[in-house]
Amino acid sequence: MKDSSVAMTNEQMVANVKAGQKRIRYRDTILSVCALLLFLIIWECLVMFELVDSRKLCSVLEVLKLFIVKLSDPNPDGSVLLVNIWSSLEVALTGYLLALVIGIPLGWLMGWYRGFDAFMRPIFEIIRPIPPVSWIPLTIVWMGIGLQSKAFIVFFSAFVPCLINSYTGIRQTKEVLINVGKTFGASNFTCFWKVGIPSSMTMTFAGIKVAIGNAWATLVAAEMLAASSGLGYMILMGRNYGRVDLVILGIVVIGVLGVIISFLIASCENIVLRWKKV
Amino acid sequence: MENMEKQEYKVRVEHLTKYFGNLHVLDDVSFNIKKGEFLCVVGPTGCGKTTFLNLLTRIYMPTKGQLYIDNEPADPKKHNLAVVFQEPSSMPWLTVEQNLRFGMEIKKLPKDEIDRRVENMISLLGLEEFRDKYPHQLSVSTAQRIIIGRAFAMQPDLLLMDEPYGQMDIKLRFYLEDEVIRLWKETGTTVIFITHNIEEAVYLAERVLILTNKPAKIKEEVKIDLPRPRDVTAPEFIKLRNYVTDQIKWW
Repeated sequence: MKDSSVAMTNEQMVANVKAGQKRIRYRDTILSVCALLLFLIIWECLVMFELVDSRKLCSVLEVLKLFIVKLSDPNPDGSVLLVNIWSSLEVALTGYLLALVIGIPLGWLMGWYRGFDAFMRPIFEIIRPIPPVSWIPLTIVWMGIGLQSKAFIVFFSAFVPCLINSYTGIRQTKEVLINVGKTFGASNFTCFWKVGIPSSMTMTFAGIKVAIGNAWATLVAAEMLAASSGLGYMILMGRNYGRVDLVILGIVVIGVLGVIISFLIASCENIVLRWKKV
Repeated sequence: MENMEKQEYKVRVEHLTKYFGNLHVLDDVSFNIKKGEFLCVVGPTGCGKTTFLNLLTRIYMPTKGQLYIDNEPADPKKHNLAVVFQEPSSMPWLTVEQNLRFGMEIKKLPKDEIDRRVENMISLLGLEEFRDKYPHQLSVSTAQRIIIGRAFAMQPDLLLMDEPYGQMDIKLRFYLEDEVIRLWKETGTTVIFITHNIEEAVYLAERVLILTNKPAKIKEEVKIDLPRPRDVTAPEFIKLRNYVTDQIKWW
C-alpha cells in the first residue's frame, strides 16, 4: 500500500485529487437530499401518529394532492394556483425590477458625486426608515388594490437595500484605482464608469440579493391586506376557511419560488463577477 | 539662449512647493529631465516622496510652482502620463490583457494600435500564458509586472514609478529592476523612479536626486555614469552608493 503511493506519477496524483473532490461533491449532494427527506419524514410522522392536531398541520401527501387539485380548481379562494403564482410574480417582479433599475444607479451616482449625495440624502434618509407596509393605506387610496399599488410597496422594500449597497460599494472603490484612471487622463465620469461601477459590483449584488428577500416578504404582507388573487391572498383565504393545507401549500410555493429566483440571481452574479470565481 | 536650453528638456519642474494646511511638505523643488532619461529620486522615509509624486501626476495641485512637459503645463488629459503605484493597482475585474489595454483605451487610441502594443508588451514580458488570467490568480510580482507593462505600453511622455518593488524580496527585485531597464531601453521612455532604497537608485539611474527631510528640497544631484549591466559589488558602485547614503544621512 505504502509502496504504491510512493510510486504514483504526477498524473495519477492529480487524478486522485480530482476523484477525491468529486467524491466530496457527491457526498454533499446526498447529504442535502437526506436533510430534505428527513424533514419531510418527521413532518409526515408528526401528522401520521397524530402528535399534532390535524387542524394545525396537514400531511405532506395532502399538500401534494392539493397542489395537483389546485392546478385546475379555483376553489376556495377563487383562482387556480398558476393564476395566483403569476399574479404574485407579476407584482413582485414589477416592483423589484423597478427598484433595481432606479435604486442601483441612484446609489452609484450618490456614492460618486458628492453634490448629488447632499441633494438626495435628506429625502432618502426620511424615506428609508418607513416600513414599506405602512404605505399600504395610502397606495390603496391612490391606486386601488391592483398591480400598481402592490408593486409600489414592493418597490419601496427592495429599493432601499439596492441603493444602500450600490452606494457603499462605489464608496469603497480603492483610491489607487481611481488615481490610475486619473493619471491616464480619464474624466471623472470615465473613472465612475470604468473604475467605480465595476469595483462596486460585489456589494451591489449583495444588495440585489437582500432586496429580493424584502420584495417577497412585503409582497405577501401587501396581498394579505389588499388583493383579489395571489399567493398571499390564497394563504389568507386558507386561514379564513380554516384550510391548513391551503396555507401550507401557499408557504411551500413561496419558498420554492424564492429558491428558483435566488438561483437565477446567483447565475447572473456568476457571470458578472466571473473574475472572482475563477 | 535660455529658450534653446528649455527645448532640450522633456520635463521641467519649477519651484514646486506644497503646503497641507500649515504642514510644509515640499519646498521650492526645481529640476529638469531630458527626453529618455532615467531619473531616481531618493530621500529619507517620510520626506514627502509620495506627495512629490502626486504633484507630478496632478493628483494634488501644487501650492506654488509648475510642472511643464514639452514646455506646456502638465495635464493628464493632454499629456501622456503613466504611474506605477506602490500598492497593487491592476483592475481586479479585468484580465491581464484587458488590464494592459486599460490606459490606452482611456486615451482612445485606435484599436489596431492598441492590439499591436499589447501583443508587443505580452511578448516582451513573457506573459503569454497569463493573458486571460485575472490579477488575483497571479503572484504579487507577476501582478506588478502587469502594472509596469500597462505603464510602458502607453509610451508615456513621462513614466513615474513610486517604490514599485517596495514589498519584494531582493532576488525578485533584481530581476524586476533588470526588466525595467530592458523596457526603458527598448521604448526610450522618460522615467522618474522614486525609492528609499539607495542601492536600487544607484543601480537603475542615470541621475539621482537626493531630497532632504521635510520640507523636502533637492539636496544634491548625483550623476551615475557606470556602464550597464551594473555590478552591485564593483568598487565604483559601492563608492557611489556610500556617497549617496552619506548625503542622505547628514542634512
